[in-house]
Amino acid sequence: MKYAFETIAVGIGAFLALLGVAFAKDDQFQAHMWVLFIVLLAGTVLLLRRLNFSPVTAQTADDKSGYFDEVVRYGIIATTIWGIVGFLVGVIVAFQLAYPDLNIEPWFNFGRTRPLHTSAVVFAFGGNALIATSLYVVQRTSRARLFGGDLAWFVFWGYQLFIVMAATGYLLGITQSREYAEPEWYVDIWLTLVWVAYLVVFMGTIVRRKEPHIYVANWFYLAFIITIAMLHIVNNLAVPVSFLGSKSYSLFSGVQDALTQWWYGHNAVGFFLTAGFLGMMYYFIPKQANRPVYSYRLSIIHFWSLIFLYIWAGPHHLHYTALPDWAQTLGMVFSIMLWMPSWGGMINGLMTLSGAWDKIRTDPIIRMMVIAVAFYGMSTFEGPMMSIKAVNSLSHYTDWTIGHVHSGALGWVGMITFGAVYYLVPKLWNRPRLYSMRLVNWHFWLATLGIVVYAAVLWVAGIQQGLMWREYDDQGFLVFSFAESVAAMFPYYLLRAIGGLMYLAGGIIMGWNVLMTILGHERDEVPIPGSEPVLQPAE
Amino acid sequence: MSLLNKHGIIERNATLLFVGSLVVVSIGGIVEITPLFYLENTIEKVEGMRPYSPLELAGRDIYIREGCYTCHSQMIRPFRDEVERYGHYSLAAESMYDHPFQWGSKRTGPDLARVGNRYSNEWHVDHLIEPRSVVPESIMPSYAFLATTPLKVANVTAHLQANRAVGVPYTDDMIANAQADLLAQADPEADTSGLEERYPKVRIGDFDGDPAVVTEMDALVSYLQMLGTLVDFSTYDEASGYR
Repeated sequence: MKYAFETIAVGIGAFLALLGVAFAKDDQFQAHMWVLFIVLLAGTVLLLRRLNFSPVTAQTADDKSGYFDEVVRYGIIATTIWGIVGFLVGVIVAFQLAYPDLNIEPWFNFGRTRPLHTSAVVFAFGGNALIATSLYVVQRTSRARLFGGDLAWFVFWGYQLFIVMAATGYLLGITQSREYAEPEWYVDIWLTLVWVAYLVVFMGTIVRRKEPHIYVANWFYLAFIITIAMLHIVNNLAVPVSFLGSKSYSLFSGVQDALTQWWYGHNAVGFFLTAGFLGMMYYFIPKQANRPVYSYRLSIIHFWSLIFLYIWAGPHHLHYTALPDWAQTLGMVFSIMLWMPSWGGMINGLMTLSGAWDKIRTDPIIRMMVIAVAFYGMSTFEGPMMSIKAVNSLSHYTDWTIGHVHSGALGWVGMITFGAVYYLVPKLWNRPRLYSMRLVNWHFWLATLGIVVYAAVLWVAGIQQGLMWREYDDQGFLVFSFAESVAAMFPYYLLRAIGGLMYLAGGIIMGWNVLMTILGHERDEVPIPGSEPVLQPAE
Repeated sequence: MSLLNKHGIIERNATLLFVGSLVVVSIGGIVEITPLFYLENTIEKVEGMRPYSPLELAGRDIYIREGCYTCHSQMIRPFRDEVERYGHYSLAAESMYDHPFQWGSKRTGPDLARVGNRYSNEWHVDHLIEPRSVVPESIMPSYAFLATTPLKVANVTAHLQANRAVGVPYTDDMIANAQADLLAQADPEADTSGLEERYPKVRIGDFDGDPAVVTEMDALVSYLQMLGTLVDFSTYDEASGYR
């Protein structure tokens, strides 16, 4: 009997959610449990429809390849959909900053939609991309089927449930106010379970590998999974007011709490958005370019120095605060040192194209991956520069920081993910090629120009903000009121939203391209010049 | 480079790779965070600091719920312009009862670490209901619903207890009187001697202009009005750096 256990478990979960509704101590928790109940009830119904009462027979291989790819297919679809949702919410919050009347109180005020945007892009889009690609890569590079059978399905659906609970929670006002760790205690506990299952699936697959060596991409994926588990657990230590209520108070306070949060926050960037995606780089760029990784030794140095140094960089988010000076300086020094392994990784990624540089001209997917690595190099230079205390005294609290994050997130994380999605879709659905390479090209240019507009505008905005706040006249008075610096931001906020809109348009084009490829269509189009060998005329 | 050639040992052993990665990523956090629990200047007590009153705590929870920290910092850095604009730079001790901290990371709006007692209650209420009625350049969303949402008071004792569980020194007296103190702080007619004794410098009154009911607006404004007011910096001597 297939799915019997799953159906019962989800059904019980729905019942428990209903009990949560009945005995909730606060309104937010009650509303949140209604959401959980409806989601799990829908899940139960869907599972009941798939319930198969015939006796268990020999498992039919779902893939001729012998790999467990169905969960990867779901993951790629989820990545694409959540990506578009996350970009859309980003564009909405950007317009809310330009036109405050777009805030709809209480559920769609900026304070609630901003975490919705950050979590949607980091955890829903980025997280699904990481889980899907890691499960694909670890099977291929280990020549082994995923460990744990249906546990991978638990990871996938459990993670989607986490996303839905986190997102609806923000709109209901359920938040810990810890940036990128906003979900409350019960959602955190759920994510911990899912994450441990993910670690078991990934590590189990490595252990049963048929290759003697663990491939470099898997080092990065593994370090990302381990470190996120550590960060998530420590940063979310809290005491709930009631086990039937949404509110909790964090275990630490003040300065200790601040550094714990930014130790988490910076390494959410360092491990979620960097190490995991470097794993992606180390598999998909060599594959798409059909070239080996440039340097094996460089990848060893890159890996160990990156994961060692990143953890120290958190205090640069707290320069000139009440955090002790030695901790700030330590954070700054390690942030600057971090520049080296970051660029080592960039060089390793770019130089993998040695002998295949012409593909940048002829293959839009490679072009996407190359621009991703280029943006990685740019933002890992900008980051150490902004961590210098003198620079940070100007840039901190301004939109420069937001611009920096987006050049990394849109440029590096987004672009390398798009490249991986375009690489994977034809392979996973057994299609001879993508629906359209020309649309990939459109996506590339829209996204790249969108990032350039976005980042450049926020450089100007942030530096202007910082300078206005500290501007003195020759009598020794502050020149600008704070409100004047807000008013000065309007054109930048508007242009930034337009940059985001371009990026969103690229994402929608990708969604269309992926959908048509899955449906088995091939667009009749003129090939990209040079992508097919030109026959030399006989002389 | 013979050392790098030995890396094959780790690459062939999943357990070694797992343990090695875990050890390497643990070091930085341990070295940087652990001392903060022991060093004098991060755990010192400063005169004037007290736990939040029940109404202030309820207001603080609303501040967190609405994501005010996404646009407002509560951390004044020791720069001439910030000190002139916002007041004395923030001390570590001033957020010692903040579970979680609210230092923020972005100033889309101004810093709020010392906004207490700078504006009238009426200004705050007007500003929260329609920000652009008092600051035309503002891009803050409207929070008019706070004025019409009655504050849930039944649970306040449990909130104080949870804070005590994480280390905030709420006394038995404070916890026993939590609900009464909450109502008394928003009621100009109430006997507030016990409240004032338990929470020195507490600001009492009808915050939202509607004495009939304690609303979320009352709670949030009471919180905003106490921010940065507990430590007395008037005796601070610029030259010596001592109070």
